[in-house]
Amino acid sequence: MDRTQFLLGISVALFSLGLLGVIVRRNVLVMLMCMELMLNGVNLSLVTFAQQTGTTAGAALVFLVFVVATAEIALAIPIVLLLVRDKRSLDTGAYNDLKG
Amino acid sequence: MDALLLNLDVLLLMLFGAGALLGGVAMILLRQPMRVAIALIATMICLAAIYGLLGVHFIAAFQVLIYVGAVMVFMVYAIMLLDTRDGGSVRFSKLLWPGVAGIIVLLGIIIASIWRQLPAPTGDTGDAAFGIAKFSTAFLGEYWLHFEVTTVLLVAAVVAALAVIGVSRRSDRSQRHG
Repeated sequence: MDRTQFLLGISVALFSLGLLGVIVRRNVLVMLMCMELMLNGVNLSLVTFAQQTGTTAGAALVFLVFVVATAEIALAIPIVLLLVRDKRSLDTGAYNDLKG
Repeated sequence: MDALLLNLDVLLLMLFGAGALLGGVAMILLRQPMRVAIALIATMICLAAIYGLLGVHFIAAFQVLIYVGAVMVFMVYAIMLLDTRDGGSVRFSKLLWPGVAGIIVLLGIIIASIWRQLPAPTGDTGDAAFGIAKFSTAFLGEYWLHFEVTTVLLVAAVVAALAVIGVSRRSDRSQRHG
């Protein structure tokens, strides 16, 4: 097992753990944090591939992911605040009436 | 001792990789959102250490500054604002076992494909490839359009956040009058 394989394994494991958290957890804030974990896993794979190929494209993409993550949180937290004010709960089961 | 010093970066890489994985597992298992946030912060710091060991020090610095310093502080603030209203809810949804089975299959497939054979590295790998000067020139030269598009995304996020606040104010006013 070389270093690239080890780091890609870690990044896949982090992405899968984040996806698992989004699927199985019921708390909205924990689900948001699991999404951040998925983005972190992707960032690790981008840095690993950029280091393997010696180009700056991966590092530039990591910076763009930083911006997207920040924008996502800045927008998601006010929406969660509104939902909690309306339903008085962080549990996703309370938001069943949002189903389309 | 010499062998240990020679392999120190590999050892540290494995240590921080294991720390990141442990933080990820703790995020799934812990009940309180604040403890989940602490586990996520630990994972992010371990990832920053891995970036530092790989020689991309500026990404390590921005990982700590942006993720831990801005995003997670905002998240912890939201948890402290909301957490008291949420007592004794169920930790896992009904999708626990299908979700675990699906993730194990996904993990198995991807890890097996990683294990088979990766393409050989091309170009000049190493610390010099990731100097901040080279990266900055490429970022604001080659990738300037992406940079501008992200600024548009940020503006859109600010406008959307203002719209959300406007919706909450309108609903407040209608509740007061109705």
